[in-house]
Amino acid sequence: MNAQGGQAVIDVTGLTKIFGRKTVVDHIDMRVNRGEIYGFLGPNGSGKTTFIRMLCGLLRPDDGHGTCLGFDVREQAELIKPHVGYMSQKFSLYEDMTVRENLDFIARMYAVADREAGVARSIERMNLGRFRDQLAGTLSGGWKQRLALAACMIHAPRLLLLDEPTAGVDPMARRDFWDEVHKLAGEGITALISTHYMDEAERCHRLAYIAYGHLLATGTVSEIVAQEGLFTYEISGPDLYGFIDKLRSLPGVEQVVAFGVTLHVSGRDGDALAKSLAPYAAPPLTLRRIASNLEEVFISLMRKAVS
Amino acid sequence: MAGFLGFSPARFGAMVSKEFTQMRRDRLTFAMMVGIPLLQLILFGFAINSDPKQLPTAILDNDRSVFSRDMAAAMKNSDYFKFTKEIASEAEADELLRLGRIQFVLTIPQNFGRDLVRGVRPVALLEADATDPAATSNAVAAIRQAATDAFNRDLTGPLLSLRAKDGPVDLRLHARYNPEAVTQYNIVPGLMGVVLTMTLVIITSLAITRERERGTMENLLITPVRPTEVLLGKILPYIVVGYVQMMLIVLAAKLLFAVPFVGSLPLLFLVSFPFIAANLGVGITFSTIAQNQLQAVQMSFFFFLPSILLSGFMFPFQGMPQWAQWLGSALPLTHYLRVVRGIVLKGNTFVDIVPHMWPIGLFLLVSVGIGVKRYRQTLD
Repeated sequence: MNAQGGQAVIDVTGLTKIFGRKTVVDHIDMRVNRGEIYGFLGPNGSGKTTFIRMLCGLLRPDDGHGTCLGFDVREQAELIKPHVGYMSQKFSLYEDMTVRENLDFIARMYAVADREAGVARSIERMNLGRFRDQLAGTLSGGWKQRLALAACMIHAPRLLLLDEPTAGVDPMARRDFWDEVHKLAGEGITALISTHYMDEAERCHRLAYIAYGHLLATGTVSEIVAQEGLFTYEISGPDLYGFIDKLRSLPGVEQVVAFGVTLHVSGRDGDALAKSLAPYAAPPLTLRRIASNLEEVFISLMRKAVS
Repeated sequence: MAGFLGFSPARFGAMVSKEFTQMRRDRLTFAMMVGIPLLQLILFGFAINSDPKQLPTAILDNDRSVFSRDMAAAMKNSDYFKFTKEIASEAEADELLRLGRIQFVLTIPQNFGRDLVRGVRPVALLEADATDPAATSNAVAAIRQAATDAFNRDLTGPLLSLRAKDGPVDLRLHARYNPEAVTQYNIVPGLMGVVLTMTLVIITSLAITRERERGTMENLLITPVRPTEVLLGKILPYIVVGYVQMMLIVLAAKLLFAVPFVGSLPLLFLVSFPFIAANLGVGITFSTIAQNQLQAVQMSFFFFLPSILLSGFMFPFQGMPQWAQWLGSALPLTHYLRVVRGIVLKGNTFVDIVPHMWPIGLFLLVSVGIGVKRYRQTLD
C-alpha cells in the first residue's frame, strides 16, 4: 500500500465552510490514500477541525464536493459514519458513565458483533483494565485520550479522523499511540491526524499544512522542506543571546530561533542570508549551513500566509 | 446492516439504557423528580385552602342586648368568624383593620335590640379587609345566612312575626362531587398535571441541551444514530419517570388526603400517556432551541407559568376573560386537569373525556413534530 498507487479514501476538491461572514475553510483539496497516515498541521483556528468535521458529516460543506470512503461527503454522510472513527479535540464521551459503559454504548451504536468481547478487547488493547469501572470524568487527561481512542476504534473503522489526539498526553503515551496508529495503517486503515507536534508530523507518511483556511503545502516531510526553499545556518559560541535582536534586523534573515546553546537563523533568500551572516563566522563563533527542519518551514509558511 | 436507513431498535435501546444510567448518577435531577411532587403535594395539599375559616374578627357592641349576642353567636357558629377582640371605638376598629390584625369588624349600634323588637330593621355593620377577596368572600356569604337565622331563638311569642319569612321560591342547593367544598379534593388531582408539566418539561429540555453543552453531542452525532432514535430514546425514560410521579401523587391523594376516587384508575393512567408525551415533546423542542442549560430552564418557566395560571389549576377557568380562555385552551394542562378531575371526582368514563383528549393529542403531534424538525443532525 504505497502512498502513490493506492486507492483514494479521501478525495475532495474545493471544500469550503463559511460561518457567518468568516470563511473558515476556503476551497481545500485533499487526497488521502488507503493505509496512509496523513498529518494535518496548521496554527490554532486555521480550520483543521472544521475540515475534519466536514469529512465525516458533522458539518455540511457550503461549497466543494468529493468522496470519503467512496461516498459523497455532501449527500451520503449516513453511509460514511459507520466506517469512520472520529476523535474530537475535546473529550466528548460521557463523564458520568464508566469506561466500560461508555465503550459498551458506542459499541451498541455501531452494532458491533459480539459486543462484550469487543469491549473487553479494546479495554485490553488500551490498557484500560484497572479503570474499567471508574467514571470517565475521573480519569486523568492521558487516560481520557486512551479511552477516546479505544471508543473511536471499537467498530473497526476503515478511516480514522483524529483531531489533536495527543494534546496534553505524556511522551510515553504518545509513542504508544503512534505505534498503534502505524500498526493499524499496516492493516490498511487510513488515518488523518491533526497535530501541533513536529515529531508527530515527522511520523506521518504525508502532510498538509493549512493556515487561515488555505492549504499552503502538501507532500512528504522532505518534499515540503524542499518546496519551501529555506536556508538555515547554525551559529554556535558563547553569549549568543545578545545577538538575537541584531540578527533579526539583518537583510535576508526571517527567523532566529535559540536551540539550546546554538542559534538557528533561516531565510529564503540564500545569498542575502549568507552575506548577512558572514561576520558571525569569526572566532569565538562558528557558522555552518544545516538542513532546515519542519518547524522552521512551517513558521515560514505561516508568516507568508499572514503577509 | 439491517434497518440502517430506518429505525434501529438496538440503537434506540442503547440510548434508553444510557439515559437511565445517567439519570441514576445525577442525584440532583433525581431528587428533583421525586422531591418536586412531594414538596408540591405537601405545600398545596396541606398549606393552601381557598375556603379559609376562623377568621379573626373584632366586635364593637354598643347595644349589649340579647340580640346583639345572638348575632355574634350565629356568626361564630358559621365557623368563618372567630372573635378575637372586643373594642370600644370606631377609631380602634380602623386601626386594627389598617394594621391587618383582624379581618372583620362587626359594629352593632345602640338600641339594636330595641329597634329589632319594634320591627324597624336596625342596621348592623360588618367591615371586611377585602384586599384579598378570596379570603373574605365565603365568610361574607355565610354571614347573610347567619343574620337571617340568628334571632329565631329569641323571637318567640308575640315577636314571632318578626322572624325572617321564606322566600317565594324554595331553592335547594346541591353541591355535587365535592359537597363539603374540600379544597384538597380539587387541588390534589390537579397537582398531578402540574407536577408532570413542571418536572418533565425541565428535565427533557435539559436532556439534549446538556449533551450539546458538555460536547458529547459531537460523539453522538458521529455514530450512525438516527434523530428519532435519539429523541425517542430521550423521551421514553422520562415517560417512566412521569408514571412514577403519578403513582406517588395517587398514593398521597388516597393515603394523606383521602381524596375519593370515583373513576377508574387504570383509565387515568392510560389517558395520561399522551399528556406526559406532550410535555416531553415541549421539553425536546426547547432543547433544540436553547443554547445552554440555563436557557432551557428559562424557556421551561415561560411554558410553566401560563400553564399553572391559565389552566384552571389555581383560578377558575370560567372566570377568565375570553382571550385568556383561548390561551388556556392551547395548553395541554387545561385539558388534562378536566380529564383528571373528571375521572377522579366525577367518575367520567373514556367516552366522557374524549372531548378533552383530542386537544392533548393535537398538542403532542405539534410539539414532537417541531422537535424532530428542529433537531439537527450536524453541528451547524
